[in-house]
Amino acid sequence: MLDNSESYVTEDGRTIGGVVMEMKNITLRFGGVVAIKDISFDIREGEIRAIIGPNGAGKSSMLNVISGFYVPQEGEVWFRGSRRPQMRPYEVARQGIARTFQNIALFDGMSVLDNVMTGRLNYMKTGLFSQALWKGKAEKEETENREIVERVIDFLEIQHIRKTPVARLPYGLKKRVELARALAAEPKLLLLDEPMAGMNVEEKEDMSRFILDVNDEFGTTIALIEHDMGVVMDLSDRVVVMDYGKKIGDGTPDEVRNNQDVIDAYLGVSHD
Amino acid sequence: MPEQLVFAMEVTLNGLMAGVLYALVALGFVLIYKASGIFNYAQGVMALFAAMTLVGIMQGQVPFSHVINAVFGGHVTHFGWNVPGVLAIALTVAVMVLLAWLVQVLVMKHLVGQEPIILFMATIGLAYFLEGVADLMWGSEIKTLDVGLPQGINLWIDETTFNMFGYGFFIDNLDIVATVIAALLVAGLVAFSQYTKQGRAMRAVADDHQAALSVGISLNFIWVLVWSVAGFVALVAGIVWGTKSGVQFSLSLIALKALPVLMLGGFTSIPGAIVGGLIIGVGEKLFEFAIGPMVGGATENWFAYVLALIFLVFRPQGLFGEKIIERV
Repeated sequence: MLDNSESYVTEDGRTIGGVVMEMKNITLRFGGVVAIKDISFDIREGEIRAIIGPNGAGKSSMLNVISGFYVPQEGEVWFRGSRRPQMRPYEVARQGIARTFQNIALFDGMSVLDNVMTGRLNYMKTGLFSQALWKGKAEKEETENREIVERVIDFLEIQHIRKTPVARLPYGLKKRVELARALAAEPKLLLLDEPMAGMNVEEKEDMSRFILDVNDEFGTTIALIEHDMGVVMDLSDRVVVMDYGKKIGDGTPDEVRNNQDVIDAYLGVSHD
Repeated sequence: MPEQLVFAMEVTLNGLMAGVLYALVALGFVLIYKASGIFNYAQGVMALFAAMTLVGIMQGQVPFSHVINAVFGGHVTHFGWNVPGVLAIALTVAVMVLLAWLVQVLVMKHLVGQEPIILFMATIGLAYFLEGVADLMWGSEIKTLDVGLPQGINLWIDETTFNMFGYGFFIDNLDIVATVIAALLVAGLVAFSQYTKQGRAMRAVADDHQAALSVGISLNFIWVLVWSVAGFVALVAGIVWGTKSGVQFSLSLIALKALPVLMLGGFTSIPGAIVGGLIIGVGEKLFEFAIGPMVGGATENWFAYVLALIFLVFRPQGLFGEKIIERV
């Protein structure tokens, strides 16, 4: 076992750092339903961490706990070395945790460019009045943020639709715009809720490539939820497996693949 | 030039001016709708409330004096001072911001993520509540509002047109000022929503609450901002209308006149609100002038609504509204 602050180098030469986020004994209930039961796991800096499990296992709930949309009844969330007090989702976002949604949540009335620009809102400091007057500082700030946004747009290969209203885009591209908006915030932790759900094989390959490139290029720490086992095993450094709100496995893809509990959960187990 | 044609020109001009006033009210609706997805039924009452507050502050009225007198048996009505117009406007803006904050904390905060129809119902409640508060706070008598806007016939236009056609046009100075104010207001608000951080955040919140939260936008703050802007637009409309026809409770009914304007222009378009206002202003004046005498007059009362009805049948999204496309 590695120490919390120790780092190591992966087979493909990436450096995985110490623990950035640690979930300790998280329990989440909705009335009488226990969505998450006493789960602990950690996310290391620079790694791609997957959360997998059958439908209704509590994966999305877990992501919502991390991003502050749900407040767990028990347990602690530790982020970058300190215990996080109870926070609203927008406060979590301001800490540097960006996310995408299972059912795309974009600003339909805005262009792709404007959508991605919203990811930079928290970096824009100038006040209402100087912005309204459009004077030097505000203008410079807008240009700087615009440069970062353009880089993200280039990176995700969506230049050709920059000015298109999001509502007109096909599903696959919308997913990519959502990823762009999250990336524009230069997050310390990027949460992806089923980034490949509903995509065809080609789109899935594209998205996998983007996720790997983002992690490789910017060193972004990524936690993702995915159904497609093949994709998860190829992408991730470590995997948490959930079933009925409990953690049944945690480790490298190979370790998880050979874990009997995991095999039972996915393939079913005979009761004779 | 034939006399009838010259007269028609004057009617058209007057119609344009009236149209600007309609547009001013309609703008309040469009802005809130675009920024928050809420159709704010209370916009007209907010204009009334703002105008009454402004007059009350200027005349040094004691707020809730009826209630105070009824409970404590006193006879206080006025502080005995007069507040100059500019300062009173600034104070009224502060009151409208406070109102925005109260609306957010007491009502909208508890309705995050609800259906638009629920939010709409909440604004209906707000409209009646606010009307009652305005009555309790400032009394129900008709008051005159004079913040120093020029009023009366514009002599220059009168003279010029007299020299040209041998007949002087009657154009009210107040209408000209209203046009300038409306133009400035629109330019300012468009710049605000398109080019500022807060404007972008406002549009984001209008589109998707969850997504807005996920990029770090505080819904609370943005909604207070949206309602403050609504209050400000209401104040501007209240000042212009209040100066024109006195501050009275029927002022809240000008909101009704904004509805046909919105149906014509489309609920989501700022140019639409302006063009819609102008069409209705000119349309109803010309109609009254040309057809009115044949049907016994008073067509201004219904012309706008009939026009809106026709639009609802043939072009429900209005002239400039977003086309409703449903993917199946």
